[in-house]
Amino acid sequence: MTDLTQLTLAAALDGLEEGAFSSVELTQAFVDQISKANPSLNAYVVETPERALDMAKASDERRAKGEALALDGAPLGIKDLYCTKGVRTTACSGILGEFTPTYESTVTQNLWDAGAVMLGKLNMDEFAMGSSNETSRFGPVANPWRRSGGDNAMLTPGGSSGGSASAVAADLCLAATASDTGGSIRQPAAFTGTVGIKPTYGRASRYGMVAFASSLDQAGPIAKSVEDSAIMLEAMCSHDPKDSTSLPVETPDWRSEVGKPIKGMRIGVPKEYRLDGMPDEIETLWQQGVEWLRAQGAEIVDVSLPHTKYALPAYYIVAPAEASSNLARYDGMRYGARVPGDNLTATYEGTRAGGFGAEVQRRLMIGTYVLSSGYYDAYYLRAQKVRTKILQDFERVFEEVDALLTPATPSAAFAYGEKSDDPVAMYLNDVFTVTANLAGLPGIAVPAALDKQGLPLGLQVIGKALDEAACFRVGAAIEEAAGFTARPEAWW
Amino acid sequence: MTERTPYLISGDTGDWEVVMGLEVHAQVASSAKLFSGASTEFGADPNCNVSLVDAAMPGMLPVINRKCVEQAVRTGLGLNAEINLFSRFDRKNYFYPDLPQGYQISQFAHPIVGEGEIEVDVEPAHGDPAYSFTVGIERLHLEQDAGKSIHDMDPDSTYVDLNRSGVALMEIVSKPHIRSPYEAASYVKKLKSIVVALGTCDGDMEKGNLRADVNVSVCKPGGYDKFRETGDFGHLGIRCEIKNMNSFRFIQQAIEYEARRQIAILEDGGSVDQETRLFDTVKGETRSMRSKEDAHDYRYFPDPDLLPLEIDQTWIDEIKADLPELPDEKRARFESEYKLSRYDAGVLSSDAEKAEFFEAVAKGRDPKLSANWVSQELFGYLNKNDLELVETPVSAAQLGGLIDLISDDTISGKIAKDVFAKMIESGDDAGVIVEREGLKQVTDTGAIEAIVDEIIAANPEQAAGVREKPKAIGWFVGQVMKASGGKANPGAVNKILREKLGA
Repeated sequence: MTDLTQLTLAAALDGLEEGAFSSVELTQAFVDQISKANPSLNAYVVETPERALDMAKASDERRAKGEALALDGAPLGIKDLYCTKGVRTTACSGILGEFTPTYESTVTQNLWDAGAVMLGKLNMDEFAMGSSNETSRFGPVANPWRRSGGDNAMLTPGGSSGGSASAVAADLCLAATASDTGGSIRQPAAFTGTVGIKPTYGRASRYGMVAFASSLDQAGPIAKSVEDSAIMLEAMCSHDPKDSTSLPVETPDWRSEVGKPIKGMRIGVPKEYRLDGMPDEIETLWQQGVEWLRAQGAEIVDVSLPHTKYALPAYYIVAPAEASSNLARYDGMRYGARVPGDNLTATYEGTRAGGFGAEVQRRLMIGTYVLSSGYYDAYYLRAQKVRTKILQDFERVFEEVDALLTPATPSAAFAYGEKSDDPVAMYLNDVFTVTANLAGLPGIAVPAALDKQGLPLGLQVIGKALDEAACFRVGAAIEEAAGFTARPEAWW
Repeated sequence: MTERTPYLISGDTGDWEVVMGLEVHAQVASSAKLFSGASTEFGADPNCNVSLVDAAMPGMLPVINRKCVEQAVRTGLGLNAEINLFSRFDRKNYFYPDLPQGYQISQFAHPIVGEGEIEVDVEPAHGDPAYSFTVGIERLHLEQDAGKSIHDMDPDSTYVDLNRSGVALMEIVSKPHIRSPYEAASYVKKLKSIVVALGTCDGDMEKGNLRADVNVSVCKPGGYDKFRETGDFGHLGIRCEIKNMNSFRFIQQAIEYEARRQIAILEDGGSVDQETRLFDTVKGETRSMRSKEDAHDYRYFPDPDLLPLEIDQTWIDEIKADLPELPDEKRARFESEYKLSRYDAGVLSSDAEKAEFFEAVAKGRDPKLSANWVSQELFGYLNKNDLELVETPVSAAQLGGLIDLISDDTISGKIAKDVFAKMIESGDDAGVIVEREGLKQVTDTGAIEAIVDEIIAANPEQAAGVREKPKAIGWFVGQVMKASGGKANPGAVNKILREKLGA
């Protein structure tokens, strides 16, 4: 029955509907797989097998009564960023101690309301700050992929949704929730040969998601196929009155976009995404993507997004600024870990120095600095202006084209420790993805090829605001053309 | 109304002016908090009116309460102020255990209400006549209240009650147009009367639902006028902010003390440090809370969890159409409807309770007589004894009863004052006292005639004098009143005397 874990979400839902297997059988297969693989991969930080099997049983009962819901019986992994009622949620930070919410995030509630089954909580960079999953309090996640040629170096699955990407790639769940502030869905998806989409800002509710940078954070899935990601995203999104930034819009039928022809679509190729020192393989893959789309009848248009080069610096001002304020609530007073001191200040200092890891502390310092009196105008305000320019770049280009095609990441997955001493090198991972966050646009990463070392590489499709449909349609076209069927060899 | 005379404090080197601007925090009358659905009810057990949002649990988000916005707009309209169709919430970042988010959501750069102005009536005090003056309103913005730290429950720990955390406050910032401690108190009274009339704040200062921070500076005479001409704050001197005062008395005491403290420093050749101070109500002194150097860097920035607040003019117009009678309108009505002087009308309309009390007394009675009894006798008594109207020993109905006895000639105005004093002492109705003490006015002309005859007979020379000099009749009136124990009807006495004396 181990085969069951290799199914796509779409195929598993079909199998459940056809009665080929039950949700309990499917769930048990994942539970078994997790207990076997997780000690090696460290993708799950909390496993909830009993809850999963209870949910699966309830799902089977619903299905027996002919009341099956959209995701009924589908076992999923949940990024530890989502508050889950009664299940420890710490955003993989020490400062949250053993925090167990009494409430459920809107996104996960939507999934349970659609009948999905929770397998557990997935590892991530602490507070989603990181591109390698190295900053988790629970230790790094292993990328199921390894370089060909006997180099068994442990690779990162990317981050911050490293646990989600690794779990999906290693068949430890049918699909997973993730979240994306600067590329935290798309970069790990690209590093693990999976599909990840960040929807338009405001599509998914942020209620109950541990906040990193409020104006950039968006929920989204990591899944095994473009179709799976569409099924997941449809279930995750909703208008939520509990989130003031949630958009009052209907969630469209995205699944039906998969397989629709792209003939006549205008696809922009932004020249500013061609970086100095970018590996040839990335450039080649990008060209390959262009050819695939052209071959399917899309019109390729060279476009310019002139402010792209300012995106990463602006992102690393705005995101830490918001984080420095969002994370102020972790003060050891009401919940989470507390390191008592002789006085209030000592308690604050001890708690925060002890509870936050080095990368989080770095970003809180940056954020505090850029918001400080005398520096605000030069940093935060200027970064916001850059953000407006970047949005205007996109708006102008989207008058001419329907979607943009770019590489998803500037490299394939790297080994642990390779970039951890150099924060700037680490931050460069987000260079192709942050623009979509700054502009609030949807972006999908789709696996397209393997590099020379046998590691997956991904392409990104950025769509207009609220036009996830274009991302799915073009993403599926790439998926179809690439015929990416490679799987990591199970070493775990 | 007379002109505003400058309030001066004389120091060793001459006179000084005092200038003040106030920041008044008024708790928005709303059943739910500014960004959460938690109750705002006063007196709940600690930490019972706390939602996940108020406690800043991970992943919780603020959602604006429309009612609070409406109340802010309503208040802005009551302050004759500009309502900003676009406003924005900012985060004010600082750490404190009673501030769960680690920031207060406030409006820093774009407040919901812009400039306005109100007219403040100053009641006579310290021998000065009544006058009125205008205070410019700089802005009104919405913000969250913090929780409460309780330091005295345990020697080693501080307890925190988050019931107030997230409750909506309106911060109303005045321009520095206030020039005496008494004016400051009068301004707060006027603001209170406006928000209470509007129903946007209950004005309960004891519960801390209306409290004031006062910025005080001193300057040489003429400094204020130069500031008004040029807009240059430099003419006003360096200010100190006295935080969080919740009584009119403390506001005045604190300003008085603070102004003299600053004058002493300046006359000593020193300079005032710009700082935040607290008023010690026991010692009657202000003391330093934190200096400018220790001031927090609040790192204000737009709250990314909230969209800008955009409201439309139609809604504002609807709110405007629905405003209740405001104190100034009430004063105008009292002037025209009751034919009261501007001053009397002002005093009686200055707060809703007073106005309601007056209208209850005046209903069906002579308005001027009612106004006199309410504002002179009753308020005079309350002021002298530092009592609020709610503490009045004589109810509106009781005072009305007393006035009825005057109007129907049961007692004279003079006797009425004695009866009033006895009402205060005993709490009894006027009629009961008059009956018990036999104070009923003698209108029986026979009885009065007898007294008159007796007195004329005893004073033939004076009686002859009156025939030549009719004004001297007053002496006889006094004698007759005295002989009657004040109970004779003065009109009847006059009439009979005139007949008998041929005056």
